[in-house]
Amino acid sequence: MIKASAYTFKILRYDAKEPDTKPRFATYRINVIPGLTVLAVLIRIRDEIDGTLSFRSSCRSAVCGSCAMVINGKIDLACRTQVAVFDTDTIILEPLPNFEVIRDLVVDLTPFWQMYDKVQPYLIRRSPVPEKEIPQSEEDRRRIDQFVNCILCACCYGACPVLAREPDYVGPAAAAKLERFVLDSRDERPAGALSIVNDEKGVWACDTLLRCIDACPKDVRPTDAIVGLRKTMLKHRFQNLLGKAKDEA
Amino acid sequence: MLDHDILIVGGGLTGLRAAVGLCDRFNVGLISKVYPVRSHSIAAQGGINAALTNNPDSRDDSWEKHTFDTIKGSDYLADQDAAEIMCKEAIKIVYEMEHWGCPFSRFPDGTIAQRPFGGAGYPRTCYSSDITGHVLLNTLYERAVAKGVKIYPEWFVTSLCIEEGRCHGVVALDIRTGELIPVRAKATFFGTGGYGRVFQHSTNALINTGSGIGMAYAAGAPLKDMEFVQFHPTCLIGTNILMTEACRGEGGYLFNNRGERFMQRYVPTAMELAPRDIVSRCIQTEINEGRGFDHPLGRYIQLDLRHLGEKKILERLPGIRKICIDFIGIDPVLEPIPIMPCQHYSMGGIDVNGRCASEIRGFYAGGECSCVSVHGANRLGGNSLLETIVFGKLAAQAIGEDLEGGVPQSDEKPLLQLKDKVDKKIRRLAAPGREKPYRLHAELGAVMSEKVGIFRTREELEQALNKLIELKGRYRDVGVSSPARHMNYELTNTLELEYMLEVAHTIILGAILREESRGAHFRTDFNTRNDTDWLKHTIARMGPDGSPAISFKEVAITRYQPMERKY
Ligand SMILES: Cc1cc2nc3c(=O)[nH]c(=O)nc-3n(C[C@H](O)[C@H](O)[C@H](O)COP(=O)(O)OP(=O)(O)OC[C@H]3O[C@@H](n4cnc5c(N)ncnc54)[C@H](O)[C@@H]3O)c2cc1C
Ligand code: SF4
Ligand code: SF4
Ligand code: FES
Repeated sequence: MIKASAYTFKILRYDAKEPDTKPRFATYRINVIPGLTVLAVLIRIRDEIDGTLSFRSSCRSAVCGSCAMVINGKIDLACRTQVAVFDTDTIILEPLPNFEVIRDLVVDLTPFWQMYDKVQPYLIRRSPVPEKEIPQSEEDRRRIDQFVNCILCACCYGACPVLAREPDYVGPAAAAKLERFVLDSRDERPAGALSIVNDEKGVWACDTLLRCIDACPKDVRPTDAIVGLRKTMLKHRFQNLLGKAKDEA
Repeated sequence: MLDHDILIVGGGLTGLRAAVGLCDRFNVGLISKVYPVRSHSIAAQGGINAALTNNPDSRDDSWEKHTFDTIKGSDYLADQDAAEIMCKEAIKIVYEMEHWGCPFSRFPDGTIAQRPFGGAGYPRTCYSSDITGHVLLNTLYERAVAKGVKIYPEWFVTSLCIEEGRCHGVVALDIRTGELIPVRAKATFFGTGGYGRVFQHSTNALINTGSGIGMAYAAGAPLKDMEFVQFHPTCLIGTNILMTEACRGEGGYLFNNRGERFMQRYVPTAMELAPRDIVSRCIQTEINEGRGFDHPLGRYIQLDLRHLGEKKILERLPGIRKICIDFIGIDPVLEPIPIMPCQHYSMGGIDVNGRCASEIRGFYAGGECSCVSVHGANRLGGNSLLETIVFGKLAAQAIGEDLEGGVPQSDEKPLLQLKDKVDKKIRRLAAPGREKPYRLHAELGAVMSEKVGIFRTREELEQALNKLIELKGRYRDVGVSSPARHMNYELTNTLELEYMLEVAHTIILGAILREESRGAHFRTDFNTRNDTDWLKHTIARMGPDGSPAISFKEVAITRYQPMERKY
């Protein structure tokens, strides 16, 4: 429900090129109607009031992952958040945590993409390429469904308490991407490929408090991926031990 | 100065596929104004066509039949040799994408699932529930990462450098630092996407300005068939977010305010699955004749999925359901979806041949920004994702061949001169206190949606032309609020606006000249197709006075003689 005809928007502004000017809240009054999204408001502010306001956007339909930010304390996509969902007529917008701010609501996603690159986020095959498709059952396809849905928006990364203190932690999104391939019936990565995340900066760093799940706008459950990867690693270790025991016997 | 053998502009499906095809043999750089996975390709929902014959109802489908449907759908304006190549390649590239990990939905026998789509004789649209663009783009991005393609994310190309019939590269703005960088290349490839945002009501992402098309045109490359603009029948009222054709492919109905499935009256055989141009005109006619529903945001028609049942909707159209709930508070399991037609796809674009080569040496284009032409006057659903990957692949082959003989690197001089020009332009834009760019953009969008829409007349098109010329004049006085160049989206938007005005100019002029109705271009004052005078492509070049000069080009006809298009 709309609480007033005009809302107050407080936006945290900062420019890394002018590090001497501290981050500060700028306040804007905007007329609102039902259905208006936070992204639409941002565009209006930039167009009509302050052309220097920086934020990312592309699809405006919650599929491209551009517009993650903190909206009244909650991490979400600006384009799918309607101003009317809040109990107040004041809306506070801040950049995604756990990243350096470049300008205003735009953060430097480099670490996020580095973690993505690191996990080998692609299908690895060793069998010869068939003439037609590699068959996959409907059930096997369904197993990767939630991880396939990830739009790489970094909401989860911003919400993760472990990343706040350990910036080298692989993080929820990259783990979800890795599990998407590990669970794919067509993927043939060697067991050793998981060693990339098999340490205290990898999946063992997660405290499984599920903040990433709360933050995800696409109902992905990165913690499932982390728990799944841990299980796979333990299984491999167990099999290795068994194998060694056999060899020694 | 940055140096590459090959420069690719565009991180959508087209650009990524071209890069993946070239990076093993050449020094390739890929520039995109957004991170590649934020490109508009991500939003494609319904699917990609290929005659795999996996569907029990498509056992005797073939690439030839796919070609025929494509050409008939195009209202015979497609170049038939190119359409043949695309439909034949379709089978290979869908398997290739699958081998690269694309998670297509599956049939119970483990093969890639296929659904019916409009204008197609067989169910041949391969899909992954309703996020097909998302899975394809992620797969190609993953390939690009695996192969270590050099990517420049959030770089905005401001101008294309063409001199004496040869392309030398581009000038780009690093959005983060604000630095202007000339980029030199032996071959430059554009996969810069469509121009939807030239229209007020569009399904396209906000970044789909068509600046690549306008930039190529302004630099001297000709455009083709710009008057052909696709209007999608089913777009959510208000936000205009697309409700995929798969809604009807899976069995959804269209209803007017009398509760009639009105398609019965227009196309009783194909019903809701007639091609898009036809369904859009039927919906618009229903609305115009008072059989639409009223809503504060406009008049609409109902897209009803309820009879499909919750299970099928959750399984096949979960994204659509989520969009409806998030953006309009309607659950399609329980209520019909309020839809209206709006701009969706750019059939016209940079004039290239089947190898994606333009007439400018060293300049290539593919995907939605180009016009080969495989879609002619009307694109079939599921053929655009196909075009992006097929022609991304073919462009890579063609560029590889063209560079094999050893092409010298381009001159630095024209690029440095161009950089100075862009620098001056940006400085001029930063002078304060004049026309606001957003206002010009809003006026442009409004006039295009109102007067250059589904039904066109000379009178309205001429009004649009006058308005456009006025806007072009006012653009000279446009200014942005800050001279800072880094993270200045108002600045990049304003640079794009100049190109949007050029794109709109070619659309309007083409639409005025083409005195017939073909595919998506419908003139109420010339309401039939006229093959005698108009079975030809229009070619727009920027004339000396800055307005488009139009000439014509033959349509390639191989084995499908133009017939009346009946469904
Ligand atoms: C909502 C929606 C659903 C669709 N569903 C389907 C479907 O189901 N089936 C189908 O076949 N088709 C569908 N289409 C059409 C299809 O998605 C597009 O035609 C296709 O994805 C276009 O791909 P592209 O690679 O040509 O361009 P895009 O994906 O639009 O990529 C363009 C790229 O160019 C870059 N770029 C542009 N200008 C510049 C510049 N000046 N400087 C730097 N970079 C620049 C952008 O950053 C971007 O990376 C759909 C379209 C829409 C709007
Ligand atoms: S569950 Fe793990 S990954 Fe998710 S937010 Fe918590 S610590 Fe981070
Ligand atoms: S898991 Fe969810 S929150 Fe994290 S990047 Fe993917 S879509 Fe975004
Ligand atoms: S703009 Fe694409 S997710 Fe918000």
